[in-house]
Amino acid sequence: MTRNTLTLALATTALVATGAYAQDATLTIESWRNDDLKLWQEQIIPAFEAKHPGIKVNFTPSAPAEYNAVLNSKLDAGSAGDLITCRPFDASLALYDAGHLADLSDLDAMSNFSDVAKSAWQTDDSSATFCVPMASVIHGFIYNKDAFAELGVDVPTTEDEFFAVLDAFKEDGSYIPMAMGTNDQWEAATMGYNNIGPNYWKGEEGRLALIAGEQKLTDEAWVAPYATLARWGAYLGDGYEAQTYPDSQNIFTLGRAAIYPAGSWEVSGFNSLADFEMGAFKPPVKNAGDTCYISDHTDIGIGMNAATDNPEAAKTFLAWVASPEFAEIFANALPGFFPLSSTPVEIADPLAAEIVGWRAECESTIRSTYQILSRGTPNLENETWGASVAAIKGTATPEELGARLQEGLANWYAPQQ
Amino acid sequence: MTKARIRWHILVFLAPAVIIYTAVMIFPLFNTLRLALYAKIDQERVFVGLENFRTLFFDPIWSEQFWNALGNNFWFFLIHMLVQNPIGIALAALLSHPRLRFAALYRSAIFIPTILSFVIVGFAWKLILSPIWGIAPSMLDAVGLKSLYAPWLGKEEYALTTLALVSVWQFVGIPMMLIYAALLTIPEEILEAGEVDGITGMAAFWKIKLPLILPSIGIISILTFVGNFNAFDLIYAAQGALAGPDFSTDILGTFMYRTFFGFQLQLGDPHMGSAIAGAMFAIILVGVCIYLFGIQTRMRRYQL
Repeated sequence: MTRNTLTLALATTALVATGAYAQDATLTIESWRNDDLKLWQEQIIPAFEAKHPGIKVNFTPSAPAEYNAVLNSKLDAGSAGDLITCRPFDASLALYDAGHLADLSDLDAMSNFSDVAKSAWQTDDSSATFCVPMASVIHGFIYNKDAFAELGVDVPTTEDEFFAVLDAFKEDGSYIPMAMGTNDQWEAATMGYNNIGPNYWKGEEGRLALIAGEQKLTDEAWVAPYATLARWGAYLGDGYEAQTYPDSQNIFTLGRAAIYPAGSWEVSGFNSLADFEMGAFKPPVKNAGDTCYISDHTDIGIGMNAATDNPEAAKTFLAWVASPEFAEIFANALPGFFPLSSTPVEIADPLAAEIVGWRAECESTIRSTYQILSRGTPNLENETWGASVAAIKGTATPEELGARLQEGLANWYAPQQ
Repeated sequence: MTKARIRWHILVFLAPAVIIYTAVMIFPLFNTLRLALYAKIDQERVFVGLENFRTLFFDPIWSEQFWNALGNNFWFFLIHMLVQNPIGIALAALLSHPRLRFAALYRSAIFIPTILSFVIVGFAWKLILSPIWGIAPSMLDAVGLKSLYAPWLGKEEYALTTLALVSVWQFVGIPMMLIYAALLTIPEEILEAGEVDGITGMAAFWKIKLPLILPSIGIISILTFVGNFNAFDLIYAAQGALAGPDFSTDILGTFMYRTFFGFQLQLGDPHMGSAIAGAMFAIILVGVCIYLFGIQTRMRRYQL
């Protein structure tokens, strides 16, 4: 029996091999998104193969936690797939520097993406882009529409309105005004500081100035978000200090809280759990009419193995990934992960569509600590987690936090010294 | 005169154990210590001597974290010594009481947490103490002490003590069992002889039993010391690798893990991680040596 199976397997391989020969190329994709296996096999790959009959595509994901290690050893051994799903920033940059990822700067389809979208997969001087941006996640606030209707409050657009709404919920007492905890620390930084922060440091302008050393973390624009976070503490649930991320998700989807500081990746999960209507609003600005900035954080890209045998086929695939067709399939299969191409995409999910609509109204940026600034010791991203928690709890003043972060950054980052 | 024969069978019989132990314990240990003497500079591994240790102890950024972790570790150990071991001894004394009913039941119930996984203990206690779903707040409420409740795991000032007590809850069975075994070895005649001299009840415990179980208490102390300074799992399961809030529960194990394997955007640094592991090894070695040469050799043994 075993032998028969083996023979069969060999015969099949031989058939596939001859088939592939006749059909130009078979491409293998390395990825950590094993959650998306079905989506790739049932929607994305058939759509591509229908258009490009000469190319066969295999999606071969590995477990997220093992992906970096597995990929590195495969690349070193020369057995990695033709296409490689890219983590943002330093992990992929290291692969490019080691010569594993091909330079894709001359790919025509790259012009479909903004500079912000490409920044996660570029060399520090932006001279080479080595992955096609696939998806991003956007920060903002998700709210309970029923709760808002019950109290008759409007969706806030400015900071004063935002705190007025929170006060209204606090006074009413039937809802926890805002569902967030500080136990896991990262929400405070990711859904807190980097959610509201871009409005203060003016998105890319401030982020790039910080990287260039023209602004400091002790500047008003970088300290003020901590002062705002310090006001959040009063509106979080009892014992928020020990509230974890899943706790917050549950509190909100059970309808016990009014507002949830969110990342768009929550959309599909919340849709299946919450039985009330949800809406979203973007981070409130200081004064009505101010330009708004949103954190539209680049998360997934796809690049080409420099050692691939089928560079032309791989480039054809990458060009297709950069096309609106791919964007539409991807965006609707995974609401909350938004394609990065500049052409707007129709998204059927109302909540996801509302969030992605902010791109047209606001300037996009990415999380301030992700590019370059978290390479040294102490690690700025980790420090920001702690600082955001301290701000919310009120254990340190915003000025102290700014000074501490600046000292840490200046310790190893030359432009800030 | 015949030459002494080489007794090959000794080598043959020792070989499997020696080879396996060397491969999985001795070699990794020394290799880790060796790794601590290198650093990665421009993609190359370079020998830097004791530079990593200098960074660890004297660079303010590293040393602040190191001393914080070491201090927390001592507090963790102190709680175990002050709470776990006395409770363990008391429980053993109660259990060894001849007229206690259901002794076997109590013994098993108290020992069971010890065999649970850290992950289970960490998550179970996190849920018990949770301000939202936990039973701790409602239980305190039921007896009118709600005001005593605080989100302990989320407060800098309580988190480490809370976790230490959770760990005590989990491991109190070990000293209890060891002391219980020691108490059982005390011959009845000695206690009866004491009774004849008028030493009964509590006095018998303090004057006869305790001196006789002192060697076991010594062993328990050193086991606690080694276990606590190698601890990592419970903190990691309950608070994550950043050992929050604000590093207040960071112990050497979590500090080493974070440094060695990296965390979030922080890339792993095996060389600094090994330096921390080396420091942990040295601390434990010193502690064990103090015990072995300073205490155990002076301990009086009684012929039973």
